[in-house]
Amino acid sequence: MSELKKENIFIKIKNMPVDSIPKTLLVAVALCLLCSMIVSFAAVNLKSVQDINKIRDKQKNVLQVAGIYYKGIDIEKSFASFQPMVVDMEKGVYSNKFDPKVFDDKKAASDPTLSVLLKDDPASIGRRSNFTTIYLLKNKDGSLDKIILPIYGYGLWSTLYGFIALEENCNDIFGLQFYQHAETPGLGAEVDNPKWKAQWKGKKLNNQNGELMIQVAKTSGLKKEYHIDAIAGATLTSNGVDNLVKFWMGKAGFKKFLENLKNGEV
Amino acid sequence: MSQTRKQLLIDPLVDNNPITLQVLGICSALAVTSSLNVAFVMSLAVIAVTAFSSFFISMLRNYIPSSIRIIVQMVIIASLVILVDQIIKAYAYEISKTLSVFVGLIITNCIVMGRAEAFAMKNTPIDSFVDGVGNGLGYGLLLMCVGFFRELFGAGSLFGIMILNPVNNGGWYVPNGLLLLPPSAFFIIGLLIWGIRTWKKSQVEVREYKIQTLEVH
Repeated sequence: MSELKKENIFIKIKNMPVDSIPKTLLVAVALCLLCSMIVSFAAVNLKSVQDINKIRDKQKNVLQVAGIYYKGIDIEKSFASFQPMVVDMEKGVYSNKFDPKVFDDKKAASDPTLSVLLKDDPASIGRRSNFTTIYLLKNKDGSLDKIILPIYGYGLWSTLYGFIALEENCNDIFGLQFYQHAETPGLGAEVDNPKWKAQWKGKKLNNQNGELMIQVAKTSGLKKEYHIDAIAGATLTSNGVDNLVKFWMGKAGFKKFLENLKNGEV
Repeated sequence: MSQTRKQLLIDPLVDNNPITLQVLGICSALAVTSSLNVAFVMSLAVIAVTAFSSFFISMLRNYIPSSIRIIVQMVIIASLVILVDQIIKAYAYEISKTLSVFVGLIITNCIVMGRAEAFAMKNTPIDSFVDGVGNGLGYGLLLMCVGFFRELFGAGSLFGIMILNPVNNGGWYVPNGLLLLPPSAFFIIGLLIWGIRTWKKSQVEVREYKIQTLEVH
């Protein structure tokens, strides 16, 4: 009896004009279901490939800033020579609370229990994570070769994410590179220009008294060894880079850790 | 069928170009033409979305209630755009970083919606598909033209390969920074429309009014 009734409803709906309310609802629901299924199927299936891309991209940038990247290099294999460590930013020492291979810095920076709200925030990042993943490149004999520190901050349009590589004396810069930003192509995006990036090599962070001297500016009032030429036509991006480098190399950033590392107290 | 499939494919390239004649899809043409690589991937994405959305909408055209037809079209277009976005993120990660939000914004590209509403709702799936490919190609062609001028004179390169050695690389060419900013695409598109209308007189509309000559007393 009920089966017969059910069938009648289907036939009834089928014979209704397309513009009738039940049929409109039916089409809307069916289409939404189908489309959401297709979209979620694609998103779930491609997620693993996308995640690998993101990790590879970051690893590639670590290799580039350390100066060992070339086209066609096996990124995964070369990256294995880096030793990731999680740094406790307050104490300036290594932390063993987290596994550095899976620790997510970006997530930690938005987690109130793992980060602090910055009062003095020149890099416009809002919250700073208390724990940060850094990468150490060691020589064959096990001594430290280079330290790769993540840095980020606001430029003109976007947050610039990058790495700075320091020599084993914790004061000489080996290189700086941004892996994610959306600055104006041709102007602010010249932070990617190899010639501009080459300026960073050999520059020093602090003077002999341990004061932070590095700056990105139009004119070099200071000694050459602390000065990076700003990018022409990209004042605000240059200011952003200046601010973020000063922030991350300063007291609220890695300064304490670098001093400890230099004195062998990590 | 008044038009053959070949016409459907070729007409939108110049004679009925979605950007220069119909003046649709201008916003994304400004945003993604500062380098040819990006413009190329964007063109492929738009061709795929326009073709398949027209195809599916045409397949469903007899079942789409007219009261919610725009929303139904949007749902289909949006799903396809997300699909394309996910695929680009998975297999062309570098380019997806530069395209950023603009792939997602294909949803709001008037060309896709325009073809769905104007053509796919009244024609067979295969014809709609061909029409979608044609209009996507027309959009892509213009994107590549604009991208060619902007990248060559703005950055001195084509597809990222250096042609004119710019000064900040130690060369001789002083790049025109304006060309890398979105307004320059307006000028180039404007000049292209002028050029096409001079070549194809039939595109020039009849004047709706006549300017009176002023008599000097």
